[in-house]
Amino acid sequence: MEFVAQHPILVVSLIKIVVLLFLLMTALAYVTWFERKVVARIQSRIGPLYVGAHGLLQPLADGVKFLFKEDVTPPAADRFVYVLAPFLALSLGLATIALIPFGPATIMVLGVPTQMGIANVSLGLLFVFAITSMGVYGVALAGWSSNSKYPLMGGLRSSAQMVSYEVSLTLSVVGVVLLAGTLNFNDLIAYQSGHWRYVRFLPHWNVIPQFVGFLCYFISAIAETNRVPFDLPEAETELVAGFHTEYSSFKFAMFFMAEYANMITVSCLATILFFGGWLSPFPERWTWQLYIPGVGLILGGILLAYDTAMNQRGIARIQLAVVTIGALVIGAACLLPSVMPVVQGPFWFLLKLLGFLFFYVWTRGTLPRFRYDQLMDFGWKFLLPVSLANLVITAFVVMVLNR
Amino acid sequence: MPISVETPTGAAETMVLNMGPQHPSTHGVLRVVLELNGEIVVSAKPHIGYLHTGIEKSCESKTYSQAITLTDRLDYLAPLSNNLCYCLAVERILNIEVPKRAQYIRVLLTELTRIASHLVWVGTHAIDLGAMTVFLYGFREREEIMRILEMVSGQRMMTSYFRIGGLALEPPPGWLERVARFLDSFPAHVAEYEDLLTQNRIWLARTKGIGYLSPEDAIALGVSGPTLRGSGVDYDVRKYFPYSSYEEFDFDVPVQKDGDCYARYLCRVAEIKESAKIVRQAIAKIPAEGPIRTVAPGIIPPSREEMKTSIEGLIYHFKIYTEGFSPPRGEVYQAIESPRGELGFFVASDGSANPYRVKVRAPSFVNLQALPELVVGRLIADVVACIGTTDIVLGEVDR
Repeated sequence: MEFVAQHPILVVSLIKIVVLLFLLMTALAYVTWFERKVVARIQSRIGPLYVGAHGLLQPLADGVKFLFKEDVTPPAADRFVYVLAPFLALSLGLATIALIPFGPATIMVLGVPTQMGIANVSLGLLFVFAITSMGVYGVALAGWSSNSKYPLMGGLRSSAQMVSYEVSLTLSVVGVVLLAGTLNFNDLIAYQSGHWRYVRFLPHWNVIPQFVGFLCYFISAIAETNRVPFDLPEAETELVAGFHTEYSSFKFAMFFMAEYANMITVSCLATILFFGGWLSPFPERWTWQLYIPGVGLILGGILLAYDTAMNQRGIARIQLAVVTIGALVIGAACLLPSVMPVVQGPFWFLLKLLGFLFFYVWTRGTLPRFRYDQLMDFGWKFLLPVSLANLVITAFVVMVLNR
Repeated sequence: MPISVETPTGAAETMVLNMGPQHPSTHGVLRVVLELNGEIVVSAKPHIGYLHTGIEKSCESKTYSQAITLTDRLDYLAPLSNNLCYCLAVERILNIEVPKRAQYIRVLLTELTRIASHLVWVGTHAIDLGAMTVFLYGFREREEIMRILEMVSGQRMMTSYFRIGGLALEPPPGWLERVARFLDSFPAHVAEYEDLLTQNRIWLARTKGIGYLSPEDAIALGVSGPTLRGSGVDYDVRKYFPYSSYEEFDFDVPVQKDGDCYARYLCRVAEIKESAKIVRQAIAKIPAEGPIRTVAPGIIPPSREEMKTSIEGLIYHFKIYTEGFSPPRGEVYQAIESPRGELGFFVASDGSANPYRVKVRAPSFVNLQALPELVVGRLIADVVACIGTTDIVLGEVDR
């Protein structure tokens, strides 16, 4: 106890880690729900519906299902590596979230002023890239250790793909780094605050001067996370399930979660690097914007209440009523003067994040898949030169402007 | 100890990959033994027989009418085409003429079947190449066709609606309006699929120049249907050997010159539109009143009214349903254009009530032999595209 009292910062960090991990795992589960719902709308279906109101408990049911499935290890597999691979994939996928700042406000926890986000590393961007580039190990080892042909090909494909796109991914953000002159996330966001001098309604976000960089980043990020149209490593109709063909039960679920964790990470990065992170898009002098989170949540709650009253029956009605009350209470809390400034950052951050996740799902509902060699061509012969050119031009402009 | 693995070509440094029989994109239970050098296919060998049902042999122990129900199960995506072909073959042995009204209804329904089959094809082919939305859009429209078939015959898939000498039932009132309503909304839906695929850069990259089949090879391999027309050969049984009054309909046979997967895709999409055109003409042509079955005592069951009121009708009804009918000795080959190509039924009669032999010239089976031709030297992802555009149905391949 004494040790704890002497080192409150340690306790606070631990609390933050636990809270964030819990939130992240929940978010992972509900990103799958979100994806299934959105892709269902795109494909004129309804999506999950029966487990909970609007299928809201579907992720839970899926988790339970994965837990109770038989965990099969192929006899020819390299057992140690076979077990290691999903752990590696998931832990690396989750690790990067530690560096993401969700808001500017410094809040007091146990008397210690602390910021939103676990760590504030001065070389944050570099650290995130270091971690994500290791993500290829999980996939490559899984493909290799299964000792089976489809996973092997999936593993090979993804190693090549992730390594190739890593290059353009990193190069595409160097432009931003050149503009802001820092690798720290908080400073990168601070650089994007305010509005343009001549076009005053446009926020000073990096996406405007670095639009090409943003496109390169986002395309590479989709490839890096193995999503449509670059989902070759797990190209279902070619390689059955690619690198995780032989995985079952919770090991498979771990790969699944790792994929979504990576999606969230790269979307967070896109938000921070190009869309001003937790900054609001409106000028600071518009004070009414402080009410947006609270009012938005309450309006959402009212919509939910309408749905609860009109469309739901039985247990689904009770479940949705709980969600409704939750939304209304949180919305009301967001209007309290003491809470209002604190929720602004996370609100805008999550909104932007959701936008990116929606975009992911949208592409999945729209595009066919590239072929392996076309993917490589696209990466090396198009994305890399474009991001290099973007880098050179940015460097030149920055140099001219700073003279 | 190093394990030596024998490969079909005997080349070292290659890997044998067993694609199927359980694989997401072999469209059933096709098994292709691929020999790969990296991701490049060195040799491909389709193995069939995993869905062998013995339908041809079973036909020999059925009466002529009973065998119709077996033909449904051949090409399960286009059961009415199989019904039609078999019925036409038996009708030719019997030398009977089907009333015009029944012929037009047959044309309408087989063309609807063609649309449904091509919709499944577009969808599954798109899923093979990673675009999953088209599949669900296609199934949405196919569902309406299934409902129309159910309305007419009482069955969604295994309809057995065409009978020797005509149709099984009088179609219910209002069905033509329903078909017309479907056709009104249909072109907009086809435009949706085309929006997603036809000009899509990734789709073009995945299908253009992939799986080239030259017209000479296509003819030599006996390929037919859209797979053949994609190679620039203008051959459609409906045009060149018309049956069931197809000569009275005005439609084009889409032909593409390129011989690649994209050409075959374009052919099929164009065929969907042409079929819709034929259905429209058929709606206008079908007379409101008229017999749906020909009159041939002892062969075609009498109408229900006649069966109930005349003793001859009752006797014929009893005899047809207990011992069938015996066509004269002889043999006949009847071909039609099924969604997959030239579907042929060879029926031999020895004068008894059961067919002596029924042989099906299954277009899928013949088209499948073009597969090694298409994929050797290409990447594994192209194998999937090529299996997709040969449009095989394993029920028909294995019979």
